[in-house]
Amino acid sequence: MANNILAVLEQREGKLKKASFEAAAVASKLASELNCDAIAVVVGNEIINLNEVSKYGIKKTIHLKSSGLEQYSTSGYSDAVTAYAKTVGAEYLVFANTSLGRDLAPVVAIKYDAGILTDCTNIEVSDGDVVVTRPVYAGKAFIDIKFKSSKKILTTRPNVFKAEANNSAGAPEIEVIEIQSPNLNSRVIETKKSEGKIDVSEAEIIVSGGRGMKGPENFHLVEELAEVLGAAVGASRAVVDAGWRQHSEQVGQTGKTVSPTLYIACGI
Amino acid sequence: MKIAVCVSHVPDTATKIKIANSGKDIDPSGVTFIINPYDEYAVEEALKQKEALGGEVTVFSVGGDANKESIRKALAMGADKGVLIKSENELDSIGIAKALAVEIKNEGCELVFCGKQSVDYDDSIVGQLLSALLGYNCVSTVVGLKIEGNKITAEREIEGGREVIETQIPVVITTQKGLNEPRYASLKGIMGAKKKTIEEKSSANVESSTEVIKMRKPAPKQPGRIVGNDVSAVPELVKLLREEAKVI
Repeated sequence: MANNILAVLEQREGKLKKASFEAAAVASKLASELNCDAIAVVVGNEIINLNEVSKYGIKKTIHLKSSGLEQYSTSGYSDAVTAYAKTVGAEYLVFANTSLGRDLAPVVAIKYDAGILTDCTNIEVSDGDVVVTRPVYAGKAFIDIKFKSSKKILTTRPNVFKAEANNSAGAPEIEVIEIQSPNLNSRVIETKKSEGKIDVSEAEIIVSGGRGMKGPENFHLVEELAEVLGAAVGASRAVVDAGWRQHSEQVGQTGKTVSPTLYIACGI
Repeated sequence: MKIAVCVSHVPDTATKIKIANSGKDIDPSGVTFIINPYDEYAVEEALKQKEALGGEVTVFSVGGDANKESIRKALAMGADKGVLIKSENELDSIGIAKALAVEIKNEGCELVFCGKQSVDYDDSIVGQLLSALLGYNCVSTVVGLKIEGNKITAEREIEGGREVIETQIPVVITTQKGLNEPRYASLKGIMGAKKKTIEEKSSANVESSTEVIKMRKPAPKQPGRIVGNDVSAVPELVKLLREEAKVI
């Protein structure tokens, strides 16, 4: 029997993110296949939707709490998660492969002496071993890969694993652990939001424009369609390099990895 | 200030990938290798910081002799010297980070730049792993950087915006497109790079924590369906997206 599996969840502005529920669902499924327990753990200050975690198959949620850790801190979050993983002797840690997860998971991997596989798109148990599938070379190939280390960290690509809420799930068990004087060697001092925009890396629908749009002045067509569909606006490398659109919208190998259910390409 | 920049040597992004006979890696024959595009931002930033702070820029790369080409590219842009860390085995990100950590520590570099991602395995974690191994601070996916004394203020890209991070040297910074505009190597730089030294080291005792079982091409895409060629096809397309694909 394997030891505990931790789903390390992410909150932004006190709210758990959808990609984290996907990671929770993955951890819960792994735990049932490996015959062990899954525990969710989240670092932050006040968090409003902690009781939703149990809908994704994890009964127990640990809230590592500190007012100093309301905003992300690589040093503070990695210390808190590593210390908790040590306490419960976790064998697997599952993170969502978001900008926070990609920053935090590798630092925890070193502090916890674990192997790490990122951006997983499939996770299977075969003869007690976890076999991961992940894209390489910008999705031009896939690898099946396994761990050699005794402790293991996985990050899951957003929008790939299903997280369906089970509303009949039992009452959640939430334990708060206060983090005293967190390590704030590095910390967020300001967040600059792009007003009201959906990010391409998180979007279910993307409307993307390329050189065929003929000029930046025509992108209002792409923006309007995106607004009607509740979609994110994407852009090809060519139009970003030409300075028509900003890089945060770029989709593809030197831009963002996306996994929408609908992708509308205009002039690409 | 001793500045380190780490570069990887990767297939050109336009390359078609073939799987090697081993079934575990790509077949490198006929593939053009280049310096990893994100590492060019790292080299540029290292050079800019050297211009501002003084000091020396050392280029580190883990791999075989072929990596010297990417090290030379960074030297031609203006870096001072190179260190090639040779590895017998194929290393994963943890293996590479461990090999880098040993030599960067030996060299005493306290400001370290890496591309945010290497466009081969696309792990996007070597810089962060390296920072933890060295006990340095880390800011990843950086699009803006200010250094005043020991204080680092960096902007990193996050979903739907940016966050501003404050930390201190020693630090590892991973660079994202948008941070700067990498310079072209001048003819003088290219000639001068030939005279700069590339020291060779070996990464003995470094091991990977993962093992590739199989590499394969993705399943071929299902053929698409063309609904029409002009605006008259739009109602039908919307109907299909709504009723058949159920995506809007």
